[in-house]
Amino acid sequence: MKAVGNTARLWLPPLLLIILLLGLWQLAADTGFLAGALGLEDFLVPSPGQIGEVLWQDRSLIAENAEVTLVEILAGFGIALVVGVGVATALHFSELLRRASYPVVVASQTIPIIVIAPILVVWFGYGIGPKLAVIALICFFPITVNTLDGLRSVDPDSVKMLRTLYAGKSQIFRRVEAPAALPYLFSGAKIAVAVAVIGAVFGEWAGSERGLGHLMLQDNAQLMTARLFASVAVLSLIAILLFTLIGLAERALLRWR
Amino acid sequence: MTVSLSGRGVGHSFGDLTVLDGLDFEARPGEVLGLVGPSGCGKSTLLELIGGLRQPDRGRIEIDGKEGEDARLERCAWMPQKDCLLPWYTALDNAGLALRNLGRSKGEARAEAGLLFDRFGLAGFEQSRPDQLSGGMRQRVAFLRTLVSRKDVLLLDEPFASLDAITRAELQEWLLPVLDEKDHTVVLVTHDVEEALYLSDAVLALTSRPGRVAASMKAPSTTGFPREQVVTDPGFTERREELLALLRQSSPSIAGGAR
Ligand SMILES: Nc1ncnc2c1ncn2[C@@H]1O[C@H](COP(=O)(O)OP(=O)(O)O)[C@@H](O)[C@H]1O
Ligand SMILES: [Mg+2]
Repeated sequence: MKAVGNTARLWLPPLLLIILLLGLWQLAADTGFLAGALGLEDFLVPSPGQIGEVLWQDRSLIAENAEVTLVEILAGFGIALVVGVGVATALHFSELLRRASYPVVVASQTIPIIVIAPILVVWFGYGIGPKLAVIALICFFPITVNTLDGLRSVDPDSVKMLRTLYAGKSQIFRRVEAPAALPYLFSGAKIAVAVAVIGAVFGEWAGSERGLGHLMLQDNAQLMTARLFASVAVLSLIAILLFTLIGLAERALLRWR
Repeated sequence: MTVSLSGRGVGHSFGDLTVLDGLDFEARPGEVLGLVGPSGCGKSTLLELIGGLRQPDRGRIEIDGKEGEDARLERCAWMPQKDCLLPWYTALDNAGLALRNLGRSKGEARAEAGLLFDRFGLAGFEQSRPDQLSGGMRQRVAFLRTLVSRKDVLLLDEPFASLDAITRAELQEWLLPVLDEKDHTVVLVTHDVEEALYLSDAVLALTSRPGRVAASMKAPSTTGFPREQVVTDPGFTERREELLALLRQSSPSIAGGAR
């Protein structure tokens, strides 16, 4: 009973705020106030109700495309996770490697995705390849940098203590460095999924035949504004869902915190 | 097996900061050597030097006649000033770390460390996480973790400094027979003169930084008597005051008494 009360207290305020904002939007759209203020035709400024309607009518089309985008996000994020943790571990163990490649890791983040995405499409075509590359590229940085910070966050006294208790490098890694890095890894992963969604849309905009980003481009060209908004809503939902899933995994794995 | 421990002209600096200077010390096999001195005089550094976690800039430290860094690391188990219990392990798994590092299975490590839990009043807390334990229990688990390694030399860095006076006295009384019964050679760092005299066979007082030997004193025999009786015994208090006076002379900052 108390837990239910706490959950409600946690979720109620944001929920109420969202409902309030949607209500205001609905009102502003229905009365034509919003379109008038923007100097636009009414159909260009859909109300939440209209968006919901389109979402329902075109549910199979939207779901089809959402699935494509979700697969891209999961695969791209997965690649970044494996590569990022691998790279962070390698950099942690080799001072030389760290000094040599840290600038490259940082540089990887300064590449404007919007610029590189079209190039990747030219190289790899309209398939899933370029999307995975774009998503993995932007997910790579937060995962790698956070994991590396985590591996180096260990109390040096704990390492010394373990050394006097027969631990070698790999045991020190297993027993203190990796567990200490885990919370950092999760923080990085949360940032990464949020940007992964943006990466997927950019990747699809650069060239694609399917996916929510692709659908948005089409709808934009045909002034199907309500469905455009519907796609945005679904994308946000995907981001929130993945973020929540990682949060749950974090809580399950980091019981000691 | 018991081993001897000795240092000759040991000195160490961090950059321009000379922390220890020309230190001589000796512990016979099975002896408990107490190290007292004001904060910052290099006690923790000295323990790390002895344990092979650092190499001294000057002088030599030998354990059982061997001088190398690795040879010392091989023989010493170190209990750091902070307990350094790992929050992702249970109390039992923390205590069994040395055995796991030696390649024993989880089950074997738990069984062996578990025996000591019973003997040291920690029964029932095997599955507790470190943050669920009281300060006194944490120190006991940290000490067990050190003991379980079965190393010849134990290096204890202010094991009870973080505890309240009552718990500290309790743990001192608990530790004394443990140190007596096992034949470890022990170096015990503390800033508490009374604790040093109570637990050690010999006490070395260090000056403020750079740490040098201010005095060396044999401690009275304390085994077998209740702690209260020992620390109020005139012979004991006399030596305590003597040691305090020596420390006060050599390091003005400690004036103010035993703490
Ligand atoms: N790794 C280090 N690098 C630089 N200075 C250090 C380091 N460790 C300790 N010191 C300095 O050496 C002095 C002695 O420290 P320490 O051995 O911890 O003293 P104590 O344990 O007696 O309080 C202090 O002034 C401390 O700041
Ligand atoms: Mg210290």
